[in-house]
Amino acid sequence: MSAPRQLVVVGNGMVGQRLVEAVRQRDPERRWRITVLGEEPRPAYDRVALTSYLTGTTEEDLRLAPDGCYDADCELVLGDAVAGIDRAARVVTTASGRAVAYDALVLATGSRPFVPPVPGADLDGCFVYRTIDDLDAIRSRAASVTSGVVIGGGLLGLEAANALLSLGLATSVVEFAPRLMPAQVDHGGGEVLRRKVEALGLTARLDTATERISAADDGLRMTFADGSSLETGLIVFSAGIRPRDELARAAGLAVGERGGIVVDETCLTSDPAIWAIGECALAGGRVYGLVAPGYDMAEVVADRLLDGDAAFAEADTSTKLKLLGVDVASFGDAHGAAPDALEVVYADPVGGVYKKLVVTDDASRLLGGVLVGDASAYAALRTMVGQPLTDTPEKLLLAGPSTSDLGDDAQVCSCQNVSAGAIRAAIHDEGCADVAALKTCTRAGTVCGSCVPLLKTLLTQSGVEANPALCEHFDVGRAELFDIVRVTGLRTFSEIIARHGRGRGCDICKPVVASILAGLGGGHILDGEQAALQDTNDHFLANIQRNGTYSVVPRVPGGELTAEGLIAIGEVARDFGLYSKITGGQRIDLLGARVEQLPAIWKRLVDAGFESGHAYGKALRTVKSCVGSTWCRYGVQDSTSLAIMLELRYRGLRAPHKIKAGVSGCARECAEARSKDVGIIASENGWNLYFGGNGGFRPRHAELFASDLSDAELVGLVDRFLMFYVRTADRLQRTSAWIEALTDEHGDGFAYLRRVLVDDELGLCADLETAMERHAGSYTDEWAAVLDDEEKLGRFVSFVNAPDAPDPSIRFVTERGQIRPVVAGPTLEVVRR
Amino acid sequence: MTVLDVQTWTAVCRFDRLLPERGVAALVGGEQVAIFRTHDGAVFALANHDPFSDAYVLSRGIVGSRGTLPTVASPMHKQVFSLVSGECLDEPGVAVPVYDVRVRDGDVEVAVP
Repeated sequence: MSAPRQLVVVGNGMVGQRLVEAVRQRDPERRWRITVLGEEPRPAYDRVALTSYLTGTTEEDLRLAPDGCYDADCELVLGDAVAGIDRAARVVTTASGRAVAYDALVLATGSRPFVPPVPGADLDGCFVYRTIDDLDAIRSRAASVTSGVVIGGGLLGLEAANALLSLGLATSVVEFAPRLMPAQVDHGGGEVLRRKVEALGLTARLDTATERISAADDGLRMTFADGSSLETGLIVFSAGIRPRDELARAAGLAVGERGGIVVDETCLTSDPAIWAIGECALAGGRVYGLVAPGYDMAEVVADRLLDGDAAFAEADTSTKLKLLGVDVASFGDAHGAAPDALEVVYADPVGGVYKKLVVTDDASRLLGGVLVGDASAYAALRTMVGQPLTDTPEKLLLAGPSTSDLGDDAQVCSCQNVSAGAIRAAIHDEGCADVAALKTCTRAGTVCGSCVPLLKTLLTQSGVEANPALCEHFDVGRAELFDIVRVTGLRTFSEIIARHGRGRGCDICKPVVASILAGLGGGHILDGEQAALQDTNDHFLANIQRNGTYSVVPRVPGGELTAEGLIAIGEVARDFGLYSKITGGQRIDLLGARVEQLPAIWKRLVDAGFESGHAYGKALRTVKSCVGSTWCRYGVQDSTSLAIMLELRYRGLRAPHKIKAGVSGCARECAEARSKDVGIIASENGWNLYFGGNGGFRPRHAELFASDLSDAELVGLVDRFLMFYVRTADRLQRTSAWIEALTDEHGDGFAYLRRVLVDDELGLCADLETAMERHAGSYTDEWAAVLDDEEKLGRFVSFVNAPDAPDPSIRFVTERGQIRPVVAGPTLEVVRR
Repeated sequence: MTVLDVQTWTAVCRFDRLLPERGVAALVGGEQVAIFRTHDGAVFALANHDPFSDAYVLSRGIVGSRGTLPTVASPMHKQVFSLVSGECLDEPGVAVPVYDVRVRDGDVEVAVP
């Protein structure tokens, strides 16, 4: 094998990173050694999702390179910009003086935001929106101002405006053109878009040119061409991009008149050893400001470097995005530029929907279109561009196309260039059974996510999409069943299954109905017919262990326990011979109790002032806390008091799965709140609230939902979040999985939750709070109620005909001074040779 | 020759003591028996021993149906057993013993051989 050749990649953005992965994938023999030189101090990250960085997504979450991408043959140098290219010697030199020889050089230098030459554009408080550093600077400024302006009402400008709104700023967008997103949508679509974003709190100033920016008392003053002015705390320029072609220019490579490194259809520049890809390249006379064409170019170059013959064709610039909760999409010839193109328009200014299809003059083929307010048909329509229409244009506009006749070569994911055929193959040959598996297997849906609904449709058509049916007895899922029970007022399992199911139920649907009835305030969980629906844990109000004994966990709100309480628990453990262990949720677990011992154990605990800890239920478990500002010299808020208040408010709340919470008194986070479903971390000004954390099998950090809340604001949001979860999540779905499912359904699950729980888009907030208030007001201790009820107490026996007899199969030995169950365990066959 | 029916019936509890669609355990001649009452008032008896977990817990499982067959699911790892035959419907070849059970004068009686 010949010695490896040296590939140098300049730039570690999304496209540069994609090139590295594409070469590595095609080059198992390591014919190329790779050196990547990046100007930013951090490895490639997902710029498409950049805004989510302001709402809790971490730098790590956004990172693109898979583990193991870089090694001895593939080196990544960060924070060292390339300063020059010596084409004759085939060497690049960096700002720090490093010199790297190349056999092939790929320029993936990307673009820079265009800042128009407005006087004052370089003042403090003026920003651009491209890197994590930019966002850090904007966030830092936003903390001390109340308003912000984005100059530029295009795609990225609205994204930036969304970010400013999420930082709590009164936000305006100033656009030179007479409509928002002028490159993507037409006048009608722009008008619907304007009305929708203004309804969400954004101010749009259209047809407006900024003449100068000057310093003002409280920030900056913008003066416009018509003489009017506006004062604001910060300004973000988002007026387009310019290719970073300066290296190429200095090295004498051909560049376009308006910038961009000229490349041919193989992405080769005017030097046969130098390629250019992504936003710095001028391909076919165009600079593409989207990631998908950049990825295509990276694949082409990787293929060519390994002697392939791939070529870059004109790219699809279709886009779909959700801005401020408004769907906007444009695809194909959106402006009807083709000669004799016809436009079919549907506009509903009241409902905020605008749809336009561009078709050939004989209405036989689809050329393009614009969708605002409802872009559900986007993925399917886009794949039909250039194809014969499957229906009349009006029907396609109103009902959307059917996807059943999607050809195998129709492109489903334009970001990763994945066809319907490839998706079908992944479903049938690779066994992908859900969207997550398809994402891993084909990479479809992993960049902008707009094709996820289409992936679901393809799964359904292939007959593998998870059926919402709970089990053989009910055709609906938990959320729908919850609504049915809530609306019909049916309150017994027999009535519910008779009217809405079949058979007599099972270990899946019965606990679900039990949970729903409990969630609707159905009284004691062991009352009447409900008792038969409960899993053994809920039936005996204790957790079954491997030998058929149970564990007992009294509630210890916030983990705060008096000396008397501690002694009482210790005495119970001693007197009943139980094994005791401290749990991760700051409570004490007592194990090894037989069924007939449970009432006597609980009598003692209730007399000592304890109550059920619901460790056995799909319910609120604990609210873990640190000692907070009361004791800790670093604490800034009283985390223990808040934790106790929350635990007492939500105790006994039955849910689709267990719920854990945590409260930390400062940013050191000793309560590990971000690993909880509901995490609260003190700030100087109040509480920061996080949702959707998880430990266990698939750990996940909770994401920031709201900042600097008062106690009352915090309780309001947690009330709404938990009650919405109780009503709409699937069976055994923790909050983190629930939010992921909301993302699959609504684009961005977190943004959706904000719209529902903060903006009250569904008009549910008052109802959710009332329901939680009712729960908190009607709470009673389940164990105390059982102790007062002879009939229920009678169920706590090992044998119905020998109430005092213990189960003779339960045996213990002693280990480290405590009991340990004797279990037979699987018998191992020992083979001797 | 006459073969006598020598089954011995043991009364374990009153029928009213059984919750519909729930089980109880009884100790009969040293054997642990799980007795279930279905929604229509029928009674069934299986061994209380769960062969998968080796714990005596089947009486504490959720009673339901699979198709038209009445069932109980082990509370430990949820394997489903037929109340009629004792066969495990999730794991062919595994079965638990079934016992004769009847209701006489309001008493639930089990026959353990």
